[in-house]
Amino acid sequence: MAKRVLLIEDEANIIEALSFILSRDGFTVHTHEDGTTAMDKIRGQRPDMIILDVMLPGRSGFDILRDLRADPTTRDLPVMMLTARGQNKDKALAEELGVDRFMTKPFANEEVCAQVRALIGS
Amino acid sequence: MNRTGERIRARRMDAGLAQRDLARAVDISASYLNLIEHGKRPAGAALLRRIAATLAVDIGLLERPADPTLVDRLRAASDRLSTIATETVQTEDLVARFPGWAGLITAQALEIRTLEDRLQMMTDRLTYDPDLAKALHGVISAVTAIQSTAAILTGDSKIDADWQARFHSNIHSDARKLADTSRALVAYLDAPDDAERTLLSPLEDREAILATTGFHRPHLETHPAPAPAPVTRPAVAALVTQYDARYADDAQALPLDDFLQAARAADHDPMVLASQTRQPLDRIFRRLASVPPTSHDPDHGLMEIDAAGAVLLLKQVFGFDLTRGGDCPLWPIYTALGQPGRPITAAVVLPGQNAAHLVCHAIAVPVAHPHGPHLPPLVCATMLVRTINAPSGPQTIPVGVACRICARSDCPARREPAMPVLAVGNVASL
Repeated sequence: MAKRVLLIEDEANIIEALSFILSRDGFTVHTHEDGTTAMDKIRGQRPDMIILDVMLPGRSGFDILRDLRADPTTRDLPVMMLTARGQNKDKALAEELGVDRFMTKPFANEEVCAQVRALIGS
Repeated sequence: MNRTGERIRARRMDAGLAQRDLARAVDISASYLNLIEHGKRPAGAALLRRIAATLAVDIGLLERPADPTLVDRLRAASDRLSTIATETVQTEDLVARFPGWAGLITAQALEIRTLEDRLQMMTDRLTYDPDLAKALHGVISAVTAIQSTAAILTGDSKIDADWQARFHSNIHSDARKLADTSRALVAYLDAPDDAERTLLSPLEDREAILATTGFHRPHLETHPAPAPAPVTRPAVAALVTQYDARYADDAQALPLDDFLQAARAADHDPMVLASQTRQPLDRIFRRLASVPPTSHDPDHGLMEIDAAGAVLLLKQVFGFDLTRGGDCPLWPIYTALGQPGRPITAAVVLPGQNAAHLVCHAIAVPVAHPHGPHLPPLVCATMLVRTINAPSGPQTIPVGVACRICARSDCPARREPAMPVLAVGNVASL
């Protein structure tokens, strides 16, 4: 059974490109664009991993990550942050909150696929 | 008081000479030199020349005080580059003997500080400006989408025609988005024509504009006068408009001719003027500090701060530089800030041999928050400053500038140590 990736991102064309390359790599990709309802989506979907943007409408990716790590049912869910905010302090905050991978935009497609495979396998 | 004597004493101590040694060298008695040093006897020209020669200093250094403003500015310049050891005890010598060089150093230090402030402002802007952050985020997002999509299209894997068309369309829409955002960013960051002015913060820029007429705004007085040239920098224009609106109210409440007449009769005492005119004290302060520079009335400095102590308005007074931050907490304006509504009047003295003596009047006025009584009042403290020639009395408050360049070693309000050289320098006590 294909591994499921939930992509939480609000830029339509980035969603399309990432969905394409991950699907081509054999993953099932679900997407969600809103920060406020992201936790409901995660709990309902129960994906194998999450790709999480930081600047989302309604709620930041950092807040979502904090909730994920505080909830016993999602505490161990692999999370890769993919963000335009590439400052050291952002990376440090993400790591402090328990992120598994931190990648900055713009990214290389191959690198994203490689990191996803490293986190949840093919 | 004859300050020549003080200067002789200071130079003698700099040279490490005992009073009797200098007296012997210039062929007078030690007791007579003592009287000269304490201002009780004048030193004649011939004797002064002998003393200067013995102390190996320029005679002008003994005759004239060094410009205290320039001395303070030089010390501040030295403080800002404290990694370079400067001969701080000789600052006054430098100013007295080489005023041109001292002026150049202070001008360059001011320029460096202005550039640093500008850099900090731009850094803050990049960090905190939400519009800029949003625009940059838009650029990065568009670039990311274009790069990722282009990589898919140019990759080795075959892509069906529908997906190809879709990705081409996406690249086109992202490229347009990128172009629009880039244009908006260039317009946003484009420097205005008066680039030199933007080196200053909007508040400083406003003060520079107001200082050209001594903070007097002739076109807002009852006599007709031509309006000044419009201010091009929007943020500064808004601040000037704000200043002018209040100025117009002040001018209407206290028409210039009547006010000048009353001020001269009251010896420019703001407390008397407030009582006579029944106008708020802060309005009296502002009127006194903005009389026409050609009126031969005393020069007044003005400072306004908010409840956090941030300077909102600063008009310098001749002979001493008021500063924009890190000030000594003993200034009366801070006392007034802690007691809103209560007028504070105090004489203050700066440290140093040629210390400026000033009389300060201050008051803090709370204004109800416009968004409701549940919010804290907006407090503005105003201080009027005037230099005086009177000697220090027992009530005179010893104030300073910033702790790091303040020579008062025993100040209980000190926040941090002074530069070591200054701490051991010669400081005339009160």
